[in-house]
Amino acid sequence: MIGTLAGFVDELRAVGIPVSMVEALDAGHALGVVDIADRRAVQEALAATMVKNHRHRAAFDVAFDVYFGLTPAAGEPGTNAAATAQMLPTGAGGVGSGEGGESESHGDPSAEELADALVAALAGGDRAAMLDVVRRAVERLAGMEPGRPVGGRYYLYRVLRQLDVDRVRSRLLDEAGSGDGLDGRLRRRRVEASMDEFTKELRREIVRRLVADRGAAAVAKTLRRPLVEDLDLMHATREELAEIERMVRPLARKLAARLAQLRRHGRRGRLDVRRTIRRSLSHGGVLLDPKFKPPRRSKPELFMLCDVSGSMATFAKFTLQLVYAIAHQFSRVRSFAFIDALDEVTDYFTPEADFADALAALSREARIVWQDGHSDYGHSLAQFWEQYGADVTPRSTVIITGDARNNYRESGEWVLEQLASAARTVLWLNPEPRRYWNTGDSIMSAYRPHCDAVFEVRTLRQLERFVEAVALRASLAPAPV
Amino acid sequence: MHWSDASEVTSALVAAGYLPDPAIAQVVFLADRLGKPILAEGPAGVGKTALALALSAATGRRLVRLQCYEGLDEAKALYEWNYHKQLLRLQTDEGKPWDDLQGDIFTEEFLLTRPLLEAIRSPDPIVLLIDEVDRVEVETEALLLEVLDSFQVSIPELGTISAVTEPIVVLTSNNTRELSEALKRRCLFLHVDYPTLDRERQILQSHLPELGPDFALRIAEVVQAIRDLPLRKPPSVSETIDWARTLVALGIEELETVPGDTLNVLLKYRSDIEKAAKELSADPPG
Repeated sequence: MIGTLAGFVDELRAVGIPVSMVEALDAGHALGVVDIADRRAVQEALAATMVKNHRHRAAFDVAFDVYFGLTPAAGEPGTNAAATAQMLPTGAGGVGSGEGGESESHGDPSAEELADALVAALAGGDRAAMLDVVRRAVERLAGMEPGRPVGGRYYLYRVLRQLDVDRVRSRLLDEAGSGDGLDGRLRRRRVEASMDEFTKELRREIVRRLVADRGAAAVAKTLRRPLVEDLDLMHATREELAEIERMVRPLARKLAARLAQLRRHGRRGRLDVRRTIRRSLSHGGVLLDPKFKPPRRSKPELFMLCDVSGSMATFAKFTLQLVYAIAHQFSRVRSFAFIDALDEVTDYFTPEADFADALAALSREARIVWQDGHSDYGHSLAQFWEQYGADVTPRSTVIITGDARNNYRESGEWVLEQLASAARTVLWLNPEPRRYWNTGDSIMSAYRPHCDAVFEVRTLRQLERFVEAVALRASLAPAPV
Repeated sequence: MHWSDASEVTSALVAAGYLPDPAIAQVVFLADRLGKPILAEGPAGVGKTALALALSAATGRRLVRLQCYEGLDEAKALYEWNYHKQLLRLQTDEGKPWDDLQGDIFTEEFLLTRPLLEAIRSPDPIVLLIDEVDRVEVETEALLLEVLDSFQVSIPELGTISAVTEPIVVLTSNNTRELSEALKRRCLFLHVDYPTLDRERQILQSHLPELGPDFALRIAEVVQAIRDLPLRKPPSVSETIDWARTLVALGIEELETVPGDTLNVLLKYRSDIEKAAKELSADPPG
């Protein structure tokens, strides 16, 4: 057990979850207290002692399934002989088969039969039958070969494709009935939940078998994924984007709270004579407790210029979302969107507005396309300077987000030169990896000399740090590249 | 008294009117066994503070509560010397030799105990609740470390005061900022999230026994569907209960549609209410 625990701790650290020595020891102590046969208890005990950040919990659960998934647990259906006997087909082995649809086929149920059984199990809410389908589907459809170094995801998609899950889902939805009313909506929600549950169990079953074949450490390696805050924003899958999306809001809230605290409790200002004397009265006139005036801070004015063409739109959205969450840190935030033309979009982002809605409205209504809808930094920047250049003062901070891929058009770098002398600071955020800058039609080097700093911002973590640094200004700024 | 497994914790808490999910019961059990504090983190209104109250009720221990806020310091969390009383004492004793005096004014008589010290000195076992610990500044967290680590407080003039009985310690955090590693390391981490459908139904029924199981399930399901929406502030458990109360008070016994004018019990932002009303095709708010 200790050996497994040590391997598990190594794996957690490899995934990026910081587990200190003390915490690993605590985990050991906890294991001494809980019922080892109860897998759920072991899982919670290990999580409570070693995972101190809820964002890391999903990664922990994956690793846990790999390292402890094979241990058959009391009271948990699904870990029967089929799993431990390493991929030998044991078609008939299963908990009571679901009602209807599914004949007692001891040999090879076809994909259609399995799909039918799945529909019946999910529609009837029969968990045991669903787990049975999971097991048989993996045996039958995954085509797992011992020793083959293929990641679990490959098998998962293989099973899902052959079962034709989209059809299973639509059949269930049909059964749930359409209906726009509350009833229909709740029924559809139940279908989605049961499908998610099924996919989750399927993934676990595949992992279970992979581990039996290749050992925990090897499988864990193929399943490692970066934590959400370290996902590459530009190359995230749809699933990952949804995860990022879920994280942005709490992150923004946190950032706002932290900055508000820092602002209030930063360094002290000058001595407040009036309040100090007033306080001294309660100590018999002794100046025991000096009071200070809160320091006065200047709030910068922010100009956000965001490239919202194609893939840049997502990045612009996350950036704007974070910036607006801390808008009260600035005297004013004005935002501008451009593709090959530029328009002011400040009014779309009221505190009440939903960011996804605002962006959709913006791409419909704002005049950000001039000719062909391909990025044109030169034209957009020139337009900004003509229409709004007079508003940029030495109190302004200008932040430009974009990949500087200009489709071989005119760069308009003279605008940045003007901005650099008019504004207090000009910053550029580029979500592309630095080694791609200046390749192809990227003309980062043309703009770079005129910016006070240029940042490669590819993950949520970097973005958060950047926004915080802008709000706190120079003193805590991350080292520019 | 120690619990022998997590299911005992569950039944004790249920008897105290709190329905823990398996993870909560497990962590409470571990905390009791390993003598470590629990750090409960999660969105507002999911029952983090209620857990401490229930623990106090279930174990019959007194609850000592330290509400954290910005600007909380040693004098308000741990102890303070009663300066005014010391001054009075010095004035009445004028003329006495110095040695007599200095020993006198730094004794327990002049000590004002604050929640943490009170918890440590309590002769009978207690539950210590440190509420919303994320509100204090990072530097102030350090105040708590000694208490959490070894249940003791060091006062330079008096020496170290250790706990007579081992307290159960619960810290709660709304996660508005990252707590320090040092603090987290000393605690068992418990993420309390919105309850599952079934648990929310049970919570509703335990608070409002007059609800039928079907109706309670229906309410819980609607609330969970609302939580799926991208809202500024998703409804908390306590708001779910309030909403159920409202429905009962209005004599509503079935939810064919969502009565739009009751949504303001559940949601606290205008944009949220509009969004939920639209998505669930509720009756328009009157």
